[in-house]
Amino acid sequence: MSWLFRSLNSSVGKKVIMAVTGLSLISFLMIHLFGNLTLYIGREAFNAYVDTLDIIKPFIRVIEVVLAGIFILHIYNGIRLWIENRNARPVRYAVSGTAENTDFSSRTMFVTGSIIFIFLVLHLSTFWYNFNFTGHPETGSHDFYTIIVYWFSNKLYAVAYILSMALLTFHLNHAFQSAFQTFGWNHKKYFPLIKKIGLVYALIMGIGFASIPIYFSFICGGNQ
Amino acid sequence: MSENKLNLTLKIWKQAGTNAPGSFETHKVTVSPDASFLEMLDELNDGLEREGKDPVAFESDCREGICGTCGLVINGHPHGPVPRVATCQLHMRNFKDGETIYIEPFRAKAFPVLRDLIVDRSAFDKIMYAGGYVSVNTGGVPDANAIPIPRDIAAEAFDAAACIGCGACVAACKNASAMLFMSAKISQLALLPQGQAERHQRVEAMVAKMDELGFGACTNTYACEAECPKGISISNIARMNREFLVSKIVSKLTD
Repeated sequence: MSWLFRSLNSSVGKKVIMAVTGLSLISFLMIHLFGNLTLYIGREAFNAYVDTLDIIKPFIRVIEVVLAGIFILHIYNGIRLWIENRNARPVRYAVSGTAENTDFSSRTMFVTGSIIFIFLVLHLSTFWYNFNFTGHPETGSHDFYTIIVYWFSNKLYAVAYILSMALLTFHLNHAFQSAFQTFGWNHKKYFPLIKKIGLVYALIMGIGFASIPIYFSFICGGNQ
Repeated sequence: MSENKLNLTLKIWKQAGTNAPGSFETHKVTVSPDASFLEMLDELNDGLEREGKDPVAFESDCREGICGTCGLVINGHPHGPVPRVATCQLHMRNFKDGETIYIEPFRAKAFPVLRDLIVDRSAFDKIMYAGGYVSVNTGGVPDANAIPIPRDIAAEAFDAAACIGCGACVAACKNASAMLFMSAKISQLALLPQGQAERHQRVEAMVAKMDELGFGACTNTYACEAECPKGISISNIARMNREFLVSKIVSKLTD
């Protein structure tokens, strides 16, 4: 085995893959949210934003391929770690103290991650697919704002979004500080600050993304 | 001495051998709140032996919290519910009258059960053989303080060296990872001048050995730090990760 493969295949190496891919996805989320917030400025602003992305389509396609690669690596590696970690304790405890000695975010990473993956499939098969290929599912219109209104007029769809974003908040809360710990950047001087930044970041992402279905489904209720 | 004895129900893991099936056995005991947890088990075993029954197998040695031999998972917590104590230093006054106590062995693939509550922790020794040492030439005894070490560095190395190698971190970790133990051993040497020469090969060899022995990886839940009887900090795991990554970049081809 090559040096690189052996290094990344070690227990520490696999954590580094999780941290590097995770932080990349965290950066992506921030850009994604900034774009989405143009929805609050209005129909023209949002459509103009999506049209701008359309102009630089070849560039966006490259980013999409890179993102897909990062997602796949993050998910594959996460599943592999989960299986290996479970195998490290073949007989479980009758009484478990994990609820007392760990926090909720950290011990549920696999569960929250799995549900976020299901959300991702739903998200790509609706918005991404409509925006890129079909247009509005009924009219075929390429008025992107209308597509948002269409999907979020479905209350069940909106609730699934909001719940997924709540889980994303927990996932990100652990993820951010965990990545720093994996890189070895843990010091009493600054680690409490990193934990706080992670929590604030997770809340901004969770509330920011969830606010959109809340706004379109429950506040404006399709009256745009 | 307190007169109010405690009536307790113990659910104790019994397993005849590594590959034998195990199950919980129930015992009722009446015990002084001043007894230590191991004294309570001693009394139980004394009674069992008088009745000609099989005593409960468990390990202990110094019984003053420094050897790392004892170690039971008590109601889901390695070394029991009180932070920063080993099982031998845990007293029955921390339990309530009428309470049911589950007593299990440390559970990890790398720590096979030998009998009842005794597990084989020689995997820790194998990790140490892989690199947890400083190679020295034999010869005259060096002068004390011949190598100057700033006090705060010495203190930090000593904090890491407080690890008694009991294995509670492995028992507490949801992944049965040995990273807190291993990182404490790596830290105590990486912080001191004597550990510098073998710094890179040490961390790489020890991590490789840990992986080979079937311990899990770290999910950064920090359960290990919460349950460690010596309060070893997870900042040691960060140092180990740092040592590992730096070594991967700068170490010699032969390392």
